[in-house]
Amino acid sequence: MLHFLTCFLLFALQSPSAGPVEGSHTPAAESAASVGDVPGKAATSQGTVQPAPKSPSESTPAKAEPIETVSTSSHDTSRLGYLVAAVLFILGIKGMTHPRTAVRGNMLGALGMLLAVIVTLLITETPTWVIVTGLLVGGSVGLFFATQVQMTQMPQLVALFNGFGGIASVLVAGVESLKLGDTDERVGSFAAAVAGLIGAVTFTGSLVAAGKLQELKMFWKPWSFTGQQAVNAALVVGCLGLAVLMLFVGSANWVFWPLIILAGVLGVFLVCPIGGADMPVIIALLNSYSGLAAAAAGFAIDNIVLIIAGSLVGASGLILTSIMCKAMNRSLANVLFAKLGPTADGPSADDVYEGKIKATSAEEVAMLLDGVNRVVIVPGYGLAVAQAQHMARDLANFLEAKGVTVEYAIHPVAGRMPGHMNVLLAEADVPYEQLKEMDAINPTLNQVDVAIVIGANDVVNPVANTDPDSPIAGMPILNVYEAQTVIVIKRSLSPGFAGIPNPLFAADNCLMLFGDGKEVLLDLITALKEG
Amino acid sequence: MDLLSAITIFVLAIFIGFEIITKVPPTLHTPLMSGSNAISGITLVGALLAGTTSLGQFFGFLAIVFAMVNVVGGFLVTHRMLAMFKKKG
Repeated sequence: MLHFLTCFLLFALQSPSAGPVEGSHTPAAESAASVGDVPGKAATSQGTVQPAPKSPSESTPAKAEPIETVSTSSHDTSRLGYLVAAVLFILGIKGMTHPRTAVRGNMLGALGMLLAVIVTLLITETPTWVIVTGLLVGGSVGLFFATQVQMTQMPQLVALFNGFGGIASVLVAGVESLKLGDTDERVGSFAAAVAGLIGAVTFTGSLVAAGKLQELKMFWKPWSFTGQQAVNAALVVGCLGLAVLMLFVGSANWVFWPLIILAGVLGVFLVCPIGGADMPVIIALLNSYSGLAAAAAGFAIDNIVLIIAGSLVGASGLILTSIMCKAMNRSLANVLFAKLGPTADGPSADDVYEGKIKATSAEEVAMLLDGVNRVVIVPGYGLAVAQAQHMARDLANFLEAKGVTVEYAIHPVAGRMPGHMNVLLAEADVPYEQLKEMDAINPTLNQVDVAIVIGANDVVNPVANTDPDSPIAGMPILNVYEAQTVIVIKRSLSPGFAGIPNPLFAADNCLMLFGDGKEVLLDLITALKEG
Repeated sequence: MDLLSAITIFVLAIFIGFEIITKVPPTLHTPLMSGSNAISGITLVGALLAGTTSLGQFFGFLAIVFAMVNVVGGFLVTHRMLAMFKKKG
């Protein structure tokens, strides 16, 4: 919808602005406009481009006059528009602080973006057909993804979009580095280098993260090699060295491209070893990077709205990153650089589970739930995969009707991105008051009659407290093993994202209810109604 | 705009970001991330200004496409998510 509107306005606005405005070529206008947002100017010596099919009039004056610029009033309008857009972004994010205002907040953000695009069209000299085609293609792809993807695939989609933002910043910085090639705009070139560096790390890192979240075989297992940190450090030094070269040497802007390649490799190496419950951290961090890349690109092309919007997003991602790290009681450095993945000397699944697993049936659980006072539902990523959130709510409603207190215990890093479980349960109309954060519910879990774990694994794995060598060591968990009885609804005994066995499943007070979350819950509700 | 003004704006915007975002409740972390992700597609503005050289047009076109996917997809997906929260009123 947005892109249709954008394109419509684009057609309406492009015609008076792009081409024949050369009437205002006063020196004053030029100097006023020279503060950077006329990127076409530095390059118009090569401006004899092929005539655009839709607007041949544009290229003709470019041939006749080597320097073409846009009127001062257009530039003032665009700057004013950028200011309003920046305010809309801030109000938009502010709207996100409450569910009631969040929808409006998001719309304000979109409105700000639309405004920023429109006022840019007033001053841009990029050929219309390039813009229109680009907007149409990108808008359609975005529209397709956004409407066709299921809620469960949201984490990898956000990661993918994030990567696209990163590569866009790289390309913008690349164009600018070409323009600034032999000029003495050294600071601009350096900013372009930084934008390229962060953007490329964001791009490849986000693609690997998306691949991991999609559980593609080649990315699924955390992957690392000996000396990786030394290589990463060398890559960082190399990238920074090339960036500094661009700061001081006028003819060195070609190193932008090798810099991008190094940074791209760095992004892959940084994200590949990350796995397990650490995914939400890296997603939040990459989110921050995409903003910082846009801000750096803003410095490079001297555009204020890029700087403001980019730094807002950068700050947002950094805060989320720090919240996620706190939820795991780990530092960011630890998440990024500590060795992860199942250790070779950890106990095997057979050692942990052999002869100790008690499978149960829906009927048995229905009897168990008869006459209880307090039930806690612990959702995990498996709930999302099975699309069982509506069934979980039905179960909760049924129990509540019988006078049972039902709550949901939400681990901050349950699922694959910050707040993942909250979104799913909101989809099922679960009221807020029933969603309890980890710190709020952990002290009372020993007074719970039945804890029903649906598709969660790592976030309820007591190994986090007991085994300092495990990949999830030190991560605060939901202490569901303290409940009188624990029912674990799960397809099989396969390990969670961390790839390690869970002794909870073998505990004395734990019963396994194997099967697809949705079907099992349906059976359970049926059994409860009959019983 | 001189460099110092740009840096001033950058630093102040980061502070504004910190101030607003610390107030976002955990329930809205996902929409916040996906919504702010869409805003980071602001680099679209830079892409639109790519210019008239053939290389500029080529890279500009690619940048517009990528940024536009980020922007349109990001805002729509966020809207889809938030619509579910809205139902409760």
